[in-house]
Amino acid sequence: MNFRRLFSRSQSAPAARDRLQVLLAHERATVGGSDLVTKLREEILRVIAKHVQIDDEKVTVKMERGAKVSTLAVDIEIPFDAGKKAA
Amino acid sequence: MGKVIVVTSGKGGVGKTTSSAALGAALAQNGEKVVVVDFDVGLRNLDLVMGAERRVVYDLVNVIQGEAKLAQALIRDKRVETLYLLAASQTRDKDNLTQEGVEKVIAALKSAFDWVICDSPAGIERGATLAMRHADVAIVVTNPEVSSVRDSDRIIGLLDSKTLKAENGERMEKHLLLTRYDPVRAERGDMLKVDDVLEILSIPLLGIIPESMDVLRASNVGSPVTLADNRSAPAIAYFEAARRLKGEALPVAVPGEKRSFFGKIFGRKAA
Repeated sequence: MNFRRLFSRSQSAPAARDRLQVLLAHERATVGGSDLVTKLREEILRVIAKHVQIDDEKVTVKMERGAKVSTLAVDIEIPFDAGKKAA
Repeated sequence: MGKVIVVTSGKGGVGKTTSSAALGAALAQNGEKVVVVDFDVGLRNLDLVMGAERRVVYDLVNVIQGEAKLAQALIRDKRVETLYLLAASQTRDKDNLTQEGVEKVIAALKSAFDWVICDSPAGIERGATLAMRHADVAIVVTNPEVSSVRDSDRIIGLLDSKTLKAENGERMEKHLLLTRYDPVRAERGDMLKVDDVLEILSIPLLGIIPESMDVLRASNVGSPVTLADNRSAPAIAYFEAARRLKGEALPVAVPGEKRSFFGKIFGRKAA
């Protein structure tokens, strides 16, 4: 029945909003400020590598743009015996 | 010195040309000198929307290549005497649009007009980046729809990195113009709401243009909607956006939200 269908059908706009929020958070980090993020990633890696041995693949640098401030998140995995190897 | 505005979006078909023409005509009706420049080399359409398609003799590329003087290429609107158009070329290779050439033309226009409105082509290629390069203010035209919002986000990133202002470490002033907004669908939960788009893109709102037959009707007859029918809902929304562009602190009314209880019921039924 058309009447019932009208009421049971869920709204689609919230899905659109949620999908966009997830997608754009990712794209802003990879596409948008790619130059800056790549540069930061390289320099941060160089500094850390002076003191501990790290795996290039286990480093994520993320930039998120907000209304007033942007945030930079750096996530580096340091292996248990990294200090010894570097020394 | 005039203000340079780029009307941009990334995605095609969201209303850049319609908005460029409508805002240009709205600003010019207040007696301010306005030129609207079509940057869509190869696929020009601003001339058609403004009803000047049969009056184009010289275009932007002719001026850049020195084949015509700027004054020869400017087309004065027949209805509003302070409104001018600079058409894009139709057949030429778009590589003829050089950075130095565009810079010279914009500088000349800036000294002669109060407003220089650059109608950007879709995409993020050369034409789009050149259209935004010299802008003081950017208008990001967005439809309440996922692909348009995503592309607008990309364009905002470019405005913050590839423009002269950004390269000089200055802040590019950006405004959101939400077009083709359907209050009935938004209320039903099947179209992104104004607040959703604002939250995602986080730039200030310049105006909301409701979805309307009047926009198509105006382009059919070759008239900016602010000239064709200045009492229609989209025209009123463009006039208000133009006032905000001039710095007036005018609150933005969300279409549909001021409707009465009965209006809502009948509005829903009609949909």
